[in-house]
Amino acid sequence: MSLIEIENLSVTFRAKGRQVRAVEGVSFKVSKGESFGLVGESGSGKSTILRAICGMAPITEGTIRIDGSVLPTPRGARFATRVQMVFQDPYASLHPRHTIDRTLSEPLAIHGLGGSDARVVRALEQVGLPAAFRFRYPHQLSGGQRQRVAIARALMLEPKIVLLDEPTSALDASVQAEVLNLLNRLRADLGLTFLMVSHDLAVIDHMCDRILVMQHGRKVEEMARDDLANARMTTAYARSLFDASADRMLGDPSGTAP
Amino acid sequence: MTLLDVQNLRVTFDTETGPVEAVRGVSFSLGRERLGIVGESGSGKTMTGRAVLRLIRPPGHILADRMVFDGQDLMGASEREMRALRGKRIGMIMQDPKYSLNPVMTVSDQLTEGLRRRDGLGRRDAEAKALAALNAVQIRDPARVMEAYPHELSGGMGQRVMIAMMLIPEPDLLIADEPTSALDVTVQAEVLSILDSLVRDRGMGLIFISHDLRLVARFCDRVVVMYKGRVVEELLASNLLAAQHPYTKGLLNCLPRIGGPRGPLPGLDRTGDWAQ
Amino acid sequence: MTTLRSWLQDPSPTSRRQARLGQLWLAWLRIQRNRLAMAGLVIVTILVLVAAFAPWIAPYDPFVQDLGNRLKPPGTTGHWLGTDDFGRDILSRIIHGARITLYIIALVAVTAPVLGLLIGTVAGYFGGWIDAVLMRLTDIFLAFPRLILALALVAVLGPGIENAVLAIALTAWPPYARVARAETLTIRSSDYIEAIRLQGATAPRIILGHVVPMCLPSVIIRVTLDMAGVILIAAGLGFLGLGVQPPQPEWGLMISSGRKFLFEQWWVATMPGLAIFIVSLGFNLLGDGLRDVLDPKSAPK
Repeated sequence: MSLIEIENLSVTFRAKGRQVRAVEGVSFKVSKGESFGLVGESGSGKSTILRAICGMAPITEGTIRIDGSVLPTPRGARFATRVQMVFQDPYASLHPRHTIDRTLSEPLAIHGLGGSDARVVRALEQVGLPAAFRFRYPHQLSGGQRQRVAIARALMLEPKIVLLDEPTSALDASVQAEVLNLLNRLRADLGLTFLMVSHDLAVIDHMCDRILVMQHGRKVEEMARDDLANARMTTAYARSLFDASADRMLGDPSGTAP
Repeated sequence: MTLLDVQNLRVTFDTETGPVEAVRGVSFSLGRERLGIVGESGSGKTMTGRAVLRLIRPPGHILADRMVFDGQDLMGASEREMRALRGKRIGMIMQDPKYSLNPVMTVSDQLTEGLRRRDGLGRRDAEAKALAALNAVQIRDPARVMEAYPHELSGGMGQRVMIAMMLIPEPDLLIADEPTSALDVTVQAEVLSILDSLVRDRGMGLIFISHDLRLVARFCDRVVVMYKGRVVEELLASNLLAAQHPYTKGLLNCLPRIGGPRGPLPGLDRTGDWAQ
Repeated sequence: MTTLRSWLQDPSPTSRRQARLGQLWLAWLRIQRNRLAMAGLVIVTILVLVAAFAPWIAPYDPFVQDLGNRLKPPGTTGHWLGTDDFGRDILSRIIHGARITLYIIALVAVTAPVLGLLIGTVAGYFGGWIDAVLMRLTDIFLAFPRLILALALVAVLGPGIENAVLAIALTAWPPYARVARAETLTIRSSDYIEAIRLQGATAPRIILGHVVPMCLPSVIIRVTLDMAGVILIAAGLGFLGLGVQPPQPEWGLMISSGRKFLFEQWWVATMPGLAIFIVSLGFNLLGDGLRDVLDPKSAPK
């Protein structure tokens, strides 16, 4: 059975009397332990799907099921222990006036879980940060270190599903490699299920088993990782995205785009 | 012919905890070509670009043995002379058009302001020139864009307006700081081709600042690789992807590739002499 | 001293307290570089010290009358700032008046901003009809001229320090509510608020623990800048006889009693006026300096 089931999902924003359909009739399923990628250009609605799952976007149609049961609205405390999210911009996703310690121990305090000292230290260790960082403020950390803290925060409540919203697009290449490696290691160690959004086909290819290409809020094509690497896409849009990323192919050291 | 010559440029910031050097002795020269400056965040690439225009605010200050633009000494120039250069002869495009365009002025007002004030053109002439500039950056419906406010434009459109604004005075040198990193790949290609044709047709010099090695390798003629405020390597762009320097090589290797192995990506070893 | 400094500047603090004190130390270093702010801080510190040690500093009792020595000009031996119409030493009265001024300022500072901050953040965070109701209420209070509203309240409640403070506080909170609401509107859509909401946090926890700390700097700056206005309103109420009652040495009251001989014995009204002027200036300078230090927008990334 699928862990995440999204059926005919539509999200409509209302702004100044105008209706903007950000997502229209999108359906997909993600199995337990799988890593699923959403790709598309800006405005394709890929991030909106993650927000809709978290209850942060107005769902006008369709259902979202986790573990077979429809999500309640509002999402409630139990949802927080099952699904967590890592945001795109590590400079905006940590409270600037809270120490790392407070950021990490607050989820435990909210859910009345004890042993917070030991768990904060263990969480830092888990994401490869020294314990000395515990009482620092975010502005004393680099972008990569902040993103590690954000990942640690997402894992504090031991969720099974982690939503990743462009988790490395604000980071340098070498830091991106470290964070991607960390995410893959955590997925293997903790048996996590990833739903990842990115505009970078190479990152999606590296991280995900299956991929959904989106455009203008609609589903364009769903494919497996091998289909992407071997350019077996059936729609023109997916192919144009692939062509624009030609310099990200393996065995293309010259990097010249066609 | 050398358009810009920079020797031993230093940018230092005085902070509560002592001086911090953002740029530590950078030298390069530029003809009518596309020079790429690549590096990670904190490498000093943005500060280098801003320092050429002397756009470093206190507590930061600039030192250089030599910084000459087209025969004019930039270090010795008065603030008044610098103002005459900025925008007019040296243009600059920032990463995010949201912060560079005035949110309460229409595109038309912003594009014509300089023409009317500095060059004393009438409204009609200035607007004609602005429309031509929007056409040059391949905006499909320039008349509509002219009447729009910046928040009504998409990211790609805003960036094109920004470029058009910088191009109206026909600068000899354009400093573009991550001009395409906020854009989608397809839009990115269009913006690059606009910049490319400007260098080729008008003989403009271009400093292209970016963190994306693959992009710079594809787009520029020569590349300066920076790390922690220093130049670690300068080479032809065509040789960039086969670079031998451990830092440049490391930066390339840690990128994931479509169809590549799924094991851990190689990290960047920062223990060499170049990394002090 | 050096060990304390290195403890404060330690980039890897080992406890919550050290982290917080380290941040305060950095703020102190930053404000130290701003000369005008330091001047303001010195004035405010002097005000606090004078108020604390008034009985020991003041050369005379502020209440004892000496009708043989009435209206002596400044510079008279023993009465450097002169005496008033009852022969009381003006310097001593100003020194004791600092206590009353500080008391009023302190009471206003702990009531109005807290009320404003709560109303503003709650309105901004929830939006919708809660926002509409709270903000219209704020508009109603803003629509009254401040001094008139304070006058009306004091007229109903009766004159006295506490009632004057209550009147000032009730008229002073709306601007804080507006500032806090405006800040909250941008804060509530930020990623770190969505992240904590996603952790299952309740609205009171988010508002008190996450939104308020972000609004606090701009409110503190405003409070400091407003203190000059509070002193003036308190003095105004005193001047009109609706605030502090004679024979208390309140500065506004002193100006009021000096009004009768403003042309012949100018010092009786001028000296407390100068005190109000200097203290107001001090708070304004400090507020400007705090803006540079505390404003998150100007803080280094």
